Amino acid sequence: MVDKVHVKTTINGQEYEFLVEPYMSLLETLRDVLNLTGTKEGCNDGNCGACTVEMNGRIVDSCCVLGAEVNGGTINTIEGMATAEGLHPLQQAFLEEAALQCGICTPGFLISAKSLLEREPDADEHRIRYWLAGNLCRCTGYDKIIKAVQKTQATA
Amino acid sequence: MHPFDYVAATSIAEVNSILAQHGNRARPLVGGTDLLVQLRGGRFDLDAVVDIKGVPEANVLELNGALKMGSAVPLAVMYEDQAVRDAYPGLIDCAELIGGIQIQSRASMAANLCNSTPSGDTICPMIVHSAQVNITGANGDRTVAVEDFCTGPGRNVLEDGEWVLDIVFPAPASGFGAAYERFIPRNEMDIAVAGAASSVTLDGSGKITDALVALASVGPTPVFVTAITDLLVGKEPTEENFVAAGKIAYDAVSPISDMRGTIEQRRHLSGVLTRRTLTKATERAKAG
Repeated sequence: MVDKVHVKTTINGQEYEFLVEPYMSLLETLRDVLNLTGTKEGCNDGNCGACTVEMNGRIVDSCCVLGAEVNGGTINTIEGMATAEGLHPLQQAFLEEAALQCGICTPGFLISAKSLLEREPDADEHRIRYWLAGNLCRCTGYDKIIKAVQKTQATA
Repeated sequence: MHPFDYVAATSIAEVNSILAQHGNRARPLVGGTDLLVQLRGGRFDLDAVVDIKGVPEANVLELNGALKMGSAVPLAVMYEDQAVRDAYPGLIDCAELIGGIQIQSRASMAANLCNSTPSGDTICPMIVHSAQVNITGANGDRTVAVEDFCTGPGRNVLEDGEWVLDIVFPAPASGFGAAYERFIPRNEMDIAVAGAASSVTLDGSGKITDALVALASVGPTPVFVTAITDLLVGKEPTEENFVAAGKIAYDAVSPISDMRGTIEQRRHLSGVLTRRTLTKATERAKAG
């Protein structure tokens, strides 16, 4: 038997305090403990990037992080991307460019792309493709996703 | 999955104490990109993981002639450091091609070494930089050369209770250059079919005074080919000599055939990548 761990963290600008099993991934913690189900499970072994969230300013695969690790940290998930005013420009561009089909990979792509554009607003196509290499899509074939990111840059 | 405790350690002594208490039932946690996947996959069970990212000494990234890199320093933190980039382009080669950005945000070179897979992209570059591994534990400290660290696939010299605190890279000598390349069928996000790291040191007249070559994914451990050093020292860094070095690499490796590649393909790649990385290392040695 192991004891639950007490975690205090900031998610999408909001304070959270909860108990979590010490062996539970951040992905499971977000989805099953905090009911933040926007973050998706794909491979659950660090290959597909569907579960990408931003943790302390860097994108990570939340399946390869323990929920207990985020104590004192800052997390941004897809739930924090749109505001009351409307969709984030990347979300809007994904819609307009049809950069999604089944949608399982989309929250991860959006979080990754947002992180890139915040760091490197002028990233070229090669850089965008490299940055998004850790996100797999099995429907659209990537070109539409890349175009959506470029459209966001062009309209920024 | 067997339930395990999580401890966010804040000192070396705390890590030592937990590892000593649990023996082989506890391990340090850095990026989790291997450890958590292995635990979920049932490769082995643990009773505790010790997060060492809160241990100050494991987060050191200190370039002062030599480079001291704590075992918890993520690849991305390392390769975003401009001074480290300038001094060690041969290490940046491998740090920027492991996994995607998500993995690079968490994984460290030392933890890649401790995972000890023959395909570990950081291990061969560390070998050709003559890096030294500082190991600590409740029973004391010791230092091991990177080339002596791995003992088999997923196996290494660490005893129960021991862990890697940091890795030290000697200051690059004048006329030193290094490079790493791997072959994968995709552009990104794959495991090396074969990889090669080379370093070259040139004297004032352009002759080779040292040359180190290590190969990934072509044996049960990274393969450090000292016969290439014997061949190249005292010679000119010519295409002909590097082709000869590639032939030695072809014969020195002991690959297996698996889903990623055949024995013959891996031998061939060992030769080609040895020649290419020696050439690139030489260009850097001349430029540096």
